Amino acid sequence: MQAQPLEGGFATPATQSAQAFRAVMQAMAMPGTIHALAGARPPAPLSPAAGAVLLTLCDADTGLYLAGDCDTPEVRAWIAFHTGAPLTGPECCAFALGDWAALQPLHRFPPGTPEYPDRSATLIVERARLDTEGAILTGPGIRDSAALSLPGVDAIAINHARFPLGLDFIFTCGDRVAALPRSTEVA
Amino acid sequence: MSDYNFAYLDEQTKRMIRRALLKALAVPGYQVPFASREMPMPYGWGTGGVQVSAAVLTPADRFKVIDQGADDTTNAVSIRRFFERTAGVATTTRTAEASVIQTRHRIPEEALTDGQILVYQVPIPEPLRFLEPRETETRRMHALEDYGLMHVKLYEDISRHGHIATAYAYPVKVEGRYVMDPSPIPKFDNPKMSDSAAIQLFGAGREQRIYALPPYTQVVSLDFEDHPFEASKADHPCGLCGAEDSYLDEVITDDAGGRMFVCSDTDFCETRRAAGHAGAMNTGKDAA
Repeated sequence: MQAQPLEGGFATPATQSAQAFRAVMQAMAMPGTIHALAGARPPAPLSPAAGAVLLTLCDADTGLYLAGDCDTPEVRAWIAFHTGAPLTGPECCAFALGDWAALQPLHRFPPGTPEYPDRSATLIVERARLDTEGAILTGPGIRDSAALSLPGVDAIAINHARFPLGLDFIFTCGDRVAALPRSTEVA
Repeated sequence: MSDYNFAYLDEQTKRMIRRALLKALAVPGYQVPFASREMPMPYGWGTGGVQVSAAVLTPADRFKVIDQGADDTTNAVSIRRFFERTAGVATTTRTAEASVIQTRHRIPEEALTDGQILVYQVPIPEPLRFLEPRETETRRMHALEDYGLMHVKLYEDISRHGHIATAYAYPVKVEGRYVMDPSPIPKFDNPKMSDSAAIQLFGAGREQRIYALPPYTQVVSLDFEDHPFEASKADHPCGLCGAEDSYLDEVITDDAGGRMFVCSDTDFCETRRAAGHAGAMNTGKDAA
């Protein structure tokens, strides 16, 4: 038994998860803004920001799907110890974690139901690059327009077209986070 | 404060509320069910707002609580002390200095700014509830965007009273999709919800619902072309600070019919008086 899975969590969980949630909430409320998100040290290949999102939002109540390279024994052990989130397939997950290519196709994930659009998956997308240029964003949370380096604009536009159903995205890169709710129109 | 977990609630409860808040922000105006907890105060005293505040507060925040605009009423004082004790956060009565503001039934007069968070206490989150008591039906009506019944209710107001008589909890439509109850704020405050720079979060503890408005979200009060929405207030200036553009409370001053109108937002009124503004009934002493 290695000690590694036991390490890398928040040192002070209550206050650090409060700060981490504030960063994620502001990212989700204001699409196109990038926020600092540090404090977690998950095993490779996870970024510190993705680790912090998992520690802040996932627990035994949320099914988690690990896509592609993120699905390693070390990552599984770290998630099991720190969050207790059950690992599931994409069809019934509350959260999914991976890079954009590994998460395709998006129609595998639950988009919610017309009565309960909140019962949809949130995708945590690991990005090699995250900056405020690229696709033009408009919609709730954005004063005029914003810009964000997005993968797969077409798939995201299709996701928006299903509003109020759809997936929500949290983009993580190093120790930074941005988000894109289904309400945002992408051009 | 070390006897409590930060901000009172346990971590699993906060994660559940935080997940609901993110979905609420992603679908503005839609009511997300959440597993509301027992709080050390009765339902009706802001348990929904308190749970939302507990989930968003960080140690660096400066917290303000208002009850009908006032910082010094029982509900506001007790909730402010609750978070001073359980979260150790700094508190203030100044709207401009607060990063998180919990409110019961008012929006501050002073325009909110980027980064501020306004948390509403909500008694009945479902705007269609008094028209259709069944949750299964109202949920389907939201799913089908079937809001004809709400317009019939407003029309009946007009046919009975000659105008739309709804004065508070006036229904709004968010981004052209969901009809939402703005909580029992006076309809005077409705226009402040639209295009606000602040994040607006709504918590209903007894009814177990959370909903939200991201900044710069379009919020339209329902009306008719020939009976447009009007943000009304008492037709007086404030007796203490002389403001003519603020929402007023009517205060009975004696048992011989004496009364005065004063700003409902105490911080707004005090700031104006400190700046030298005076109303007709301001005797120079602090009336409070």
